[in-house]
Amino acid sequence: MNWLTQLNDEGSQIYAPVAKGNKTDYKHITSMEEISMDHIQTTQSAKAIAFPRTEKLFSYTKKEGNVTLQNFDTTTIPETVVFGIHPCDAAGFKPLSGIFNWDTPDLPFNERMKRTTLIAVSCTQCDEFCFCTSVNGNPGNTEGSDILLTPIKEGYLVEIITEKGENLVNKHISFFEADPNVNKEEYLAKVPVQFSLEELHEKISNMFESPVWKQQSERCLGCGACAYVCPTCACFDIQEDAHGSSGNRLRCWDSCGFSLFTMHTSGHNPREVQSQRWRQRLLHKFSYMPERISVRGCTGCGRCSRACPVDMNIAEHLSEIATL
Amino acid sequence: MDELRTKAKELFEKGEIDIFIGYEEGTRNPRPLFANNADETQKLVFNDMCTGNLAVYLTRKDLVKGKRVGISASYYALKSIAQLFVENQLKEESLKVFGLSSDRKIQALNSLEEIKQYLKDTPPPPKLKDDELIKQIDEMSSAERWAFWSDELSKCFKCYACRAACPMCYCTKCIVEVNRPQWIQPWASTLGNMEWQINRVMHMAGRCSDCGSCGTACPIGIPIHLLTHKMSETVKINFGDSSEKGNVLSTFKPEDKESFIL
Repeated sequence: MNWLTQLNDEGSQIYAPVAKGNKTDYKHITSMEEISMDHIQTTQSAKAIAFPRTEKLFSYTKKEGNVTLQNFDTTTIPETVVFGIHPCDAAGFKPLSGIFNWDTPDLPFNERMKRTTLIAVSCTQCDEFCFCTSVNGNPGNTEGSDILLTPIKEGYLVEIITEKGENLVNKHISFFEADPNVNKEEYLAKVPVQFSLEELHEKISNMFESPVWKQQSERCLGCGACAYVCPTCACFDIQEDAHGSSGNRLRCWDSCGFSLFTMHTSGHNPREVQSQRWRQRLLHKFSYMPERISVRGCTGCGRCSRACPVDMNIAEHLSEIATL
Repeated sequence: MDELRTKAKELFEKGEIDIFIGYEEGTRNPRPLFANNADETQKLVFNDMCTGNLAVYLTRKDLVKGKRVGISASYYALKSIAQLFVENQLKEESLKVFGLSSDRKIQALNSLEEIKQYLKDTPPPPKLKDDELIKQIDEMSSAERWAFWSDELSKCFKCYACRAACPMCYCTKCIVEVNRPQWIQPWASTLGNMEWQINRVMHMAGRCSDCGSCGTACPIGIPIHLLTHKMSETVKINFGDSSEKGNVLSTFKPEDKESFIL
């Protein structure tokens, strides 16, 4: 904690889980007292660090027929340290990066990532919605983190994963001690495997016309809760914040679960009913993304299942598909 | 539980319904179930844990269009159903409604009149947590209240779960989706989030059953159902109980007070 205080004092912006009522979420903190690590999962993922819910891409001013553009200003992005994300959240930045660098590299996303260091904390507890182990993750997975801390009897076991992480540790080496030589596994949560990923992949890419989509999605209300809490969902909408002769072009979160998402100007909607939108959600995560950018769009955090007002339990639905 | 299964099964066997909307066991709480035949009714459960408002599915055209529907309805779902009748969204002859009587027995409610009688005779389920928070908010000064709601609504990311879970939000095109002209900022920001919630609540005036589904659905836990709750109270104080004559904001009487305008 002293380490974080020092990082904060040196000008890094610190984001960490803060509890309020029965919900915990990442907040910009200035005092380490605010941090809470009692939760199993924060309500929202940490994706907003690199992909804010609303982001100004550029501004414009019109004057006597001339248009002046002010491009995205990368200098306003502060050095950021995210503390306390779980391995399933850290792993989520890889699929996000895959999407934001597919074709044209996305300037705002990449610049934010460049200035962000992820200090993850392994999971020592889980609940029935967690299924990281079913999608090649685990409660002590190092992938995506710059530094991974595992809570042990006294303090944390520190694993330095990237150069960025190493720099951060070397800068404040006095806070660290020699390797305690413990068995990390002993301290990790036991997350049961719920389905076989191989079986899922085999089935899901070949079942576009299956009746299962309609059956699974019948109760889906078509809101965007699942997409907005997801660490890998990256759909966005472009909006115009116009004020007379000046304005801003904004990028804001959107969801393939909304009927409006695919609505054409003509009135035609290629994804007319919720079952088609549910199919899109799962196929995008488990078929299209692995095929096109070699990364799955799911880290098994279980947030979508927890957030769903009608208990669309994704692990249950994926298990059903895997055993069809 | 078995009683509802038997009754729903009977309706299928007699050919009186095409779909039964009820609850099944879910991950933590009961969740919606759609039985399309007699066999599928055997998963049905119906108890005090079944609080999600199933009336939201009664206006979902892809689910119920042209179908005769059976439904198990909680107290608040019955209030919503009564309101949907008033708004000409339901047909008595194609709906079989079951409530839970005060001694926890399945009670068939065969007409709007019977639903109204049930609502008259049955006390609403208590909402102790809400009452506590309402008391706290009522005791705030207007500046404190503004700060409370600004903080809460700044968290909204516009997933519209509140709208999706609401049986009264059955418009095919919501005001937030109208962009010529754009009445409400579609992106998430404190001001735009407030605009959205104020609009939502105004559209509920005199129609809301106070079921709290909007608040339960909110993934970030913003107590937005207290806004509609307060609106229901205000409407009741100023315009009396809801009636079949229409809703406070869509009807006009010459004797309506205009003091708030002048």
